[in-house]
Amino acid sequence: METPALHTMAHFMRTRIMDISHRCALSAHLGGGLSMVEILATLYGSVLRVRPQEPRWDDRDRFILSKGHGVLGYFAALLAAGFISEEVFATFQSNESDLIAHPVLNLDLGIESSNGSLGHGLSMGIGICLGAKKKGKDFRTFVMMGDGECNEGSVWEAVMSAAQLQLDNLTAIVDYNRLQSDGDSRKIIEFGDLAAKFRCFGWNVSEVDGHDLGQLLNAFAQTFALQAPHVIVAHTVKGKGISFMENNNEWHHKRLTKADYDLAIAELGAVHA
Amino acid sequence: MLEITPINARAWSRLGSRGVFGQAVLSIGESTPNLMVLSADLGNSSGLDRFKATYPDKFLNIGIAEQNMIGAAAGLAKEGFNVFATSFAPFISMRAAEQVRMNLGYMELNVKAVAIGSGIAMAFLGNSHYGLEDAAVMRSIPNITVVCPADCAEIVKTVQAAAQHTGPMYIRLTGAVNNPPVYTEDYAFQIGRAVRLREGTDLTFIANGTMVYESLEAAKLLQAQGISAAVVNMHTLKPLDTQAIDHALRTSGAIVTVEEHSVIGGLGAAVAEYTARLRQRPPHLILGLPDAFIAAADYRFMLEREGLAGAKIAATVTQFLAEG
Repeated sequence: METPALHTMAHFMRTRIMDISHRCALSAHLGGGLSMVEILATLYGSVLRVRPQEPRWDDRDRFILSKGHGVLGYFAALLAAGFISEEVFATFQSNESDLIAHPVLNLDLGIESSNGSLGHGLSMGIGICLGAKKKGKDFRTFVMMGDGECNEGSVWEAVMSAAQLQLDNLTAIVDYNRLQSDGDSRKIIEFGDLAAKFRCFGWNVSEVDGHDLGQLLNAFAQTFALQAPHVIVAHTVKGKGISFMENNNEWHHKRLTKADYDLAIAELGAVHA
Repeated sequence: MLEITPINARAWSRLGSRGVFGQAVLSIGESTPNLMVLSADLGNSSGLDRFKATYPDKFLNIGIAEQNMIGAAAGLAKEGFNVFATSFAPFISMRAAEQVRMNLGYMELNVKAVAIGSGIAMAFLGNSHYGLEDAAVMRSIPNITVVCPADCAEIVKTVQAAAQHTGPMYIRLTGAVNNPPVYTEDYAFQIGRAVRLREGTDLTFIANGTMVYESLEAAKLLQAQGISAAVVNMHTLKPLDTQAIDHALRTSGAIVTVEEHSVIGGLGAAVAEYTARLRQRPPHLILGLPDAFIAAADYRFMLEREGLAGAKIAATVTQFLAEG
């Protein structure tokens, strides 16, 4: 998929995120879902070698949503890519649904892993990458984390381990939106230069504007080159695309009322026109 | 294949639980497809040095990072590998408890977490290294099979069964070197199926780990006093063999559970949870380690001090029955 088509996909995802957030009539993690939209559109629209009609295809690239609360972006990407039907998508956060506020392992829906508790995905990614190498498979593994998630010590256990094991089939993405549950990440755990931290742990690093599809495509094209894992530090805006949600942490986890929904959809329509 | 013979049983006893675990894993190295063994920098302490030398591609020391070890083990299991991941009991069951919960419990990935040095076998290393609460934590997580083998022969049996078993397990190794053998010849071992080792009518000992041997010793001493005690090896703590408990309830006047674990949340609790619903039930004495961080000492010394040596168990039971 080229950049204009990815742009359309990202717009579609944002619209559908608004639809189900309003429809479920419950609080949902809007801010962190919206900040990942371009990253996920790039992955599911262009980068990942997956077969939505054959979700258990053994050679598929693996994607793990380690920041499990980012399901709104994730489910919208799975919908756009054809893993999840409109009917299933519409059940988000309703009784008996497979789609709740965090991913639950369901390969038939393209969901590789159960997450929600932070700091688990990168370690699982390491195991998958080791397994791929041992089996002689050339599929790749992508793990999506949040910058807040990088507060977890287990993330850094995995960062050291992936470099030691020279896992060049592993790409991590950090959705660096600088806001976490209680507020400004810089006032909670200041990472300073996060890219430099990964670099000194032995990773290859790309640093991009996480909403710039061209930069994202370039960065993904540069991964898997050397005998080291790769991280894309993607600078993003929490709540991206909806003016009253952008950088407003009230929307970390909030219910979308009818008035909010109408405003958001009007904005998205205006932008797209 | 390792055979249970009187000679091997004696040799394994001298080698101890961890050494025999390493031998057992070595013995399945060839016959187990997609085997991977992970350690958090305790490969040698886990008796895995020969396995590592023989199968370097099937062994990984992932570093002193138990959380990452369990997560990586889960990723390997997701790709079809049959993974054994080892560390000391508290480091797996508590340091990495949530990794166990998410990966082994929630996602049911095929990882066998092997806790070496559980109970108080680590002796002078102290409470930081003891497995006092591990069974309680692990058995409360859904989907995880919990096994605590009685002796070195049963460690061999457990490792062989675990290699054939698809699904997450927590294997809890108690005992040190010179573990007294319970088994000196081959027997039928099945995960989830308790073994009745001795018949008796006044009470039934239900024990696991090292306490199976001590319960057998206690039963012999009680016999001399005219008290008839049955002994059941409840090696699988979860799923609990409730038929074996039903049998004990039908055929004896009291239940005595014995475990090298805190009296909170382990085997005694598991049996009591099952029998609590009964309108009428025999008295149940729960023997185990106290709810305390005990003073570290020699292993055997501590078992005696805490009332978990055969003679001490017999004396406690005699008093318990007299009180009734």
